[in-house]
Amino acid sequence: MAYDKFTKLTSSAVPLPIENVDTDQIIPARFLKATERKGFGDNLFRDWRYNQDNTPKEDFVLNNETYKGKILVGGKNFGSGSSREHAAWAIYDYGFRCVISSFFADIFKNNCLNIGVLPVQVSEAFLAEIFEAVEANPEVQITVDLEGQTVSLEGSETVESFDINAYKKENMKNGFDDIDYLLNLGDDIATFATQRPF
Amino acid sequence: MKKTLFDKVWDSHVVKSVPGGPDVLFIDRHMVHEVTSPVAFLGLKNRGIKVLHPERTFATADHNTPTLNQHLPVEDPLSANQLAALERNAKEHGISYWGLGHEKNGIVHVVGPEYGITVPGATIVCGDSHTSTHGAFGAIAFGIGTSEVEMVLASQCIMQPKPKSMRIHIEGEVGNGVTPKDVALYIISKLSTSGATGYFVEYTGPVFENMSMEGRMTVCNLSIEMGARGGMIAPDQSTFHYIKGREFAPKGADWDKAMDYWQTLYTDEGATYDKELILQGSDIEPMITYGTNPGMGVGISKNIPSASESKDSVDSYKKSLKYMGFNENEPLLGKKVDYVFLGSCTNGRIEDFRAFTNIIKGRKKADHITAWLVPGSHKVREAIIDEGLYDILTEAGFELREPGCSACLAMNEDKIPAGKVAVSTSNRNFEGRQGPGARTMLASPTVAAATAVMGVVTDPRTLSN
Repeated sequence: MAYDKFTKLTSSAVPLPIENVDTDQIIPARFLKATERKGFGDNLFRDWRYNQDNTPKEDFVLNNETYKGKILVGGKNFGSGSSREHAAWAIYDYGFRCVISSFFADIFKNNCLNIGVLPVQVSEAFLAEIFEAVEANPEVQITVDLEGQTVSLEGSETVESFDINAYKKENMKNGFDDIDYLLNLGDDIATFATQRPF
Repeated sequence: MKKTLFDKVWDSHVVKSVPGGPDVLFIDRHMVHEVTSPVAFLGLKNRGIKVLHPERTFATADHNTPTLNQHLPVEDPLSANQLAALERNAKEHGISYWGLGHEKNGIVHVVGPEYGITVPGATIVCGDSHTSTHGAFGAIAFGIGTSEVEMVLASQCIMQPKPKSMRIHIEGEVGNGVTPKDVALYIISKLSTSGATGYFVEYTGPVFENMSMEGRMTVCNLSIEMGARGGMIAPDQSTFHYIKGREFAPKGADWDKAMDYWQTLYTDEGATYDKELILQGSDIEPMITYGTNPGMGVGISKNIPSASESKDSVDSYKKSLKYMGFNENEPLLGKKVDYVFLGSCTNGRIEDFRAFTNIIKGRKKADHITAWLVPGSHKVREAIIDEGLYDILTEAGFELREPGCSACLAMNEDKIPAGKVAVSTSNRNFEGRQGPGARTMLASPTVAAATAVMGVVTDPRTLSN
């Protein structure tokens, strides 16, 4: 499915300084029952965001008007656990276009790249600096430049570069997904399939 | 060139390498379930295309399914809708569909091997992270997201950067009463939940060589819990013996041809891995988790580690213990438990039910324990009955349910209530995984059995036989 192109993003951020944020926290399994990709943002971080009677938990960051923006900043090992792409959909649907962390779980990272959320891995030191800066000033702007593969923080001299493979970078910049590419390889794949032993 | 098992299987499936990007990897078998597929099928519809290889695609319903009264309509309308969507999509695209009530129905990672869909040297994917299970047969098997499910349905290929390789070798043997689940939880406790992220693991050493196929599946299943995309074990006589004669396995001349190939699937002498971890079998005892990620496990006879001994940060450690209602340094043995769950793609196979039954035989379920015993498939359920385990379980006060993912992920009716403690043979102890507010302690079927009869966390080795 096509998604919004990603080139350069400057935004304030929502901080979530918790390690090992797993996909069951991002979206619990009981909210995976839809047959269309709609409305997952409403249940993003459901059990951290709402009490069991559906009233908002006031101490959770998404319920705090102070923090807004298109960038979510999470602790180390973000997105561990299940392969549910719904976790990435919920993040996108809520309005985030980028997640910054010092380490991402593998499948989650792939899922993000496939749907137009840019996962940006920074050093632990820079992550700590970002958390501190956002806490001190929730309006502080973070700039993520996909072309230059850099991330910078307003008021800081630190500029870090991040990794993304050249193919995925082009896809993100153009809002392409992999299926068009694969469908164009139809003949090669058909030949390969006939050679498989089982 | 010397190659690892992983390299051999991966390299033989590369249709094309994208410069500066991923490999286009051909997928031999695609397992599909109801939760992660509907949006992928919708994508095909929007593009006006059909599934390219329906004969390489297999669908089963498991995540949403109730484990009681499966003959009645599914009560939850959203679950019913998702199950109906899979049935409709399978029919429209000519895919085998083993839905609710079908004799072959069960958890996707239990039925795949049971019917010989899983074979050595194959690439197997499914929109489920525990697809790593199938690596037990020397296959490359890993979980994928829904966009990738759509890719495979459309093209039978997936775009993947090749992961790095890692060997986990266990020297020597494990002691009596140590199960494959304990081996896996021990490895995860050493590596943490992210210690193998970016890697594909091969397990080597006598512990794995001597393990049954069911045990190997439990170990490979839990590879994702150390962050690895998958784990694999070189196929051997146990593997071939398990597969032979199963419905979808090669037959006759095809079998001989397959065997010629399968016997080449091992890591060449002198091949190197990107990372190696060597552990001692004698260090492993029955394990149990005390926190909210699978890396927070210890030997059952030990106390909960202190914050300074934990691999997690102090904040994360404290948050976990607060959620569990546990305290630093307190013993795990003797902790009161409310629920016991035997089942899931990790421990829902016949061998797991044999191990559980062996412990509870001649004993009674503790009155205050609610026990959910959920076979991984109809075939497992039938074997439980045929082998006489059902009668022993019933005699001891246990009830056997119908197959499904059940209380592993709180997506169907089987949810552990808030604040209750469950000893569970499943794979994840995340906050709310088994139900909002539920507290999960992961363990083996034998620890679950000993706990179910004693009512508190119990080391099965201390129960007399």
